[in-house]
Amino acid sequence: MTEHRSDLVEQKLSTLTLDGKLVEFTKGETIYEIANRHRKEVPTLCYDERLEAFGACRLCVVEVEGIRKPVASCTTAATDGMVIKTSTETIEKHRKTLLELVASENRNVDVNALSGYSSQEMTILVDRYSARTGRFSGKQSGTSNTGDKNPFILRDYDNCISCYRCVRVCAEREGDYAINVMNRGFHTQIITEFNNDLRDSNCTFCGQCVQTCPTGALGDKKALRDADTEGEIKKTRTICPYCGVGCSVDMLSKGDKIVGIQPAMDGPANEGALCIKGQYAFDFIQNDDRLAKPLVRRDDGELHECEWDEALDRAAEGFKKVKDQYGRHAVYGIASGRAPHEAAYTMQKYIRATYGTNYIDNCSRS
Amino acid sequence: MSNPLADMEKPDVIFAIGTNMTECHPVAATRLKRALTDGATMVVVDPRKTRLAKMAHLHLPIRVGSDVALLLAMAHVIQRDGLIDESFIAERTADSEAFLSHIRQFTPEWAAEICEVPAEDIERAGKLYGRGNPSAIYYTLGITEHICGVDNVQSLCNLALMTGNLGLEGGGINPMRGQNNIQGAGDCGAVPANFPGFQPCDNPDNAAKFAKLYGRDSIDPERGITKVTALNEAGKSIHAMLIDGENTVVTDPDKNHCEHALKSLDHLVVIDIFLTETGQLADVVLPATAWGETDGVQANTERRVQRLRKAVEPWGEAKPDWWIVSEIAKRMGTPGFEYESAKDVFNELCELSPIYAGLDWDRIDEGKYHWPVPDKEHPGTPRLHEGEFKNGMKGLFKVIGYRDPAEVISDDFPLWLTTGRRLEAYHSRTQTGRSAGLEYLLSEESLEVHPDDADSLGLVHGGMAKMASARGEIEIQVKVTDKSPKGTVFTSFSFANVPVNILTGSGYDPVTQTAELKVCPVRVTPVA
Repeated sequence: MTEHRSDLVEQKLSTLTLDGKLVEFTKGETIYEIANRHRKEVPTLCYDERLEAFGACRLCVVEVEGIRKPVASCTTAATDGMVIKTSTETIEKHRKTLLELVASENRNVDVNALSGYSSQEMTILVDRYSARTGRFSGKQSGTSNTGDKNPFILRDYDNCISCYRCVRVCAEREGDYAINVMNRGFHTQIITEFNNDLRDSNCTFCGQCVQTCPTGALGDKKALRDADTEGEIKKTRTICPYCGVGCSVDMLSKGDKIVGIQPAMDGPANEGALCIKGQYAFDFIQNDDRLAKPLVRRDDGELHECEWDEALDRAAEGFKKVKDQYGRHAVYGIASGRAPHEAAYTMQKYIRATYGTNYIDNCSRS
Repeated sequence: MSNPLADMEKPDVIFAIGTNMTECHPVAATRLKRALTDGATMVVVDPRKTRLAKMAHLHLPIRVGSDVALLLAMAHVIQRDGLIDESFIAERTADSEAFLSHIRQFTPEWAAEICEVPAEDIERAGKLYGRGNPSAIYYTLGITEHICGVDNVQSLCNLALMTGNLGLEGGGINPMRGQNNIQGAGDCGAVPANFPGFQPCDNPDNAAKFAKLYGRDSIDPERGITKVTALNEAGKSIHAMLIDGENTVVTDPDKNHCEHALKSLDHLVVIDIFLTETGQLADVVLPATAWGETDGVQANTERRVQRLRKAVEPWGEAKPDWWIVSEIAKRMGTPGFEYESAKDVFNELCELSPIYAGLDWDRIDEGKYHWPVPDKEHPGTPRLHEGEFKNGMKGLFKVIGYRDPAEVISDDFPLWLTTGRRLEAYHSRTQTGRSAGLEYLLSEESLEVHPDDADSLGLVHGGMAKMASARGEIEIQVKVTDKSPKGTVFTSFSFANVPVNILTGSGYDPVTQTAELKVCPVRVTPVA
């Protein structure tokens, strides 16, 4: 216990001054993390809270008393007694110029929101800082890879700003190291090993690079099929239907059409991660093979479409007949490990309440 | 899982056995990768050179079905080297004496003969697991889909008990559940042994309680038969079945037997989203809502109870499963099915299930709770067995011996076949096969054969082969790769044109009746 208590003393909160207000912080926190917690809206482009801070975009710079040059808040650890200003005229001017430069590098500032979870980050900042001035023009970095015919990941590097979030998420979060950076400056290019297609690399098509890209340089090709579909994008929070990890996702729909999936960054099981199935295998739902109406087997021996009442009556009659003829131990129920709780619960209740048996199982034995 | 997913970033030593996690539970695997980056040591036991195996510090490619021998020898090493947790054994376990004397005979040299891996590697695995602080076990169907599935799991429990690796952050025994809601199906009582919330059926008080709740005079105070038995009894004592969302004839072992069983029923009703191979045998097929079309609840592998939400209107006239089952029940004259929503159904489950007693539809909105949640004040239980086992019970050691698989290789069937999943396909591909783009990465199934076996059998990469077991024969394309160890071939069960489950079904675990899908002796010959 004594040791535990001294730990608490060690962790005593430190303080600093943030835009004129005294605020507390714990050792190890960066200036950006503290500012973010106090809703300071410090702009960033290379920052993803799941990744190690990188300090590349320089948008998050702040003024610290006693330090002559602005410092990158995302990579600077807070220290006791610091006096920080997150938004001064000089800082804001610097940010606008940076955004003008960044925007000048890209073919488009506006990209479809279906491109990915973070795809609007640059657009929003450019507008917030009125940085569509065209003051700079000329060189672009990154060349789009139009040769990669994979059906999932658009590699439109003309819109790349070299924030390396894709490379970092692949390495730090996925541990796949499928992509890397070639050259520097205007020649910067995101490539796979040997510059092959993604299919021939370590890429597992989890889509994490797409979802962290702040400019739409990496885009969700499947979702973008519905770029021109009418309607607002609606996001519905739900859980992936494949394995037992239970990743949280946002299902994207326009009207009654499901158009894509995005990971939920605050999903408790996955913290923003997904795999190829959860990310891209959703369109089975609205597939023409879906059963649209009940089917019953008629005298010709074939299954025919019918109305619900007829099908349910036939289902119940068949069970009644078997129960009457062979007794209550002649009926068996198999519940699904894929359907929700309510399906399994009603299935077992149906068997137990109707037949008084425990003749119910699910698919976990195979 | 005994521990939450977040704990997967915290073990000192990872012991992953019979789990192809980067393909089957990829997001969980990312956490293990981060643990490795932070300095964890990983031992992987898998006949195949999976991606996880390649990341391991020690890979033991044991012969399929030899897990018990390996685990006995690891226990032997742990005891011999004094790596057991004496105080944990004294305070929290029972029957340790018999177990600790039993394992004295099972040396690494003995196990090496059976497992076909070097004794030194078995030594190392035992030492690593025994010294880890903490060590965590992860497993999937490579452990359970054997005739000795229960023995395998109990052998893992023995290891965790003797080293005190239970109830610790970053430790535990962690089965990775393969389907989104297979945990939930058990929680809800869709098993022959338990009422909702794992209340045993063979307890007469439970049977009486549920009879009353469900408006009956009685419910049998004994376990029902399992699905495996029910399929064997089809046309004999079982004459009607209601199957919800399972493509039984493709995913179950011994396809021909299964198809014959369903055909011998007087009445088969199938609820599903597609007309599956199983639905095609039915008298009535009822269209259910799919993902995104209905509200509901599912429980993940860490016992976290989470909400599914409706995003779009259902396809055609599809209805939620609970509505369909309720409508059949009402027509049977069964009381208690007047539900108006998924919320009504879930709240009833919570009322009747002690492990869900503290939950209701609104409380699980953010998915914060891991069951058991015994009351409304309870914060949930991310980590089981902390401080004590359930109700202060003792952790029981089990004395287990090694058994051969149900069928072993012979002159007629000289190769081991083991089956599994692939990253880009799920089960019988009713869903992933209908999702655009996945075929770009995986368009067909193949049989993974070691180069030496390919040479001796006259098989060529890309050529076709016939693969036969005692039950049947299929044709399959050959892929020559050292991912398979010599003497063992692998394929998935996902593709309809490669119905590998025609071959499987050699045996079943006597306790759980889980099929030995991971072991099947076969003969592979080139197709001219």
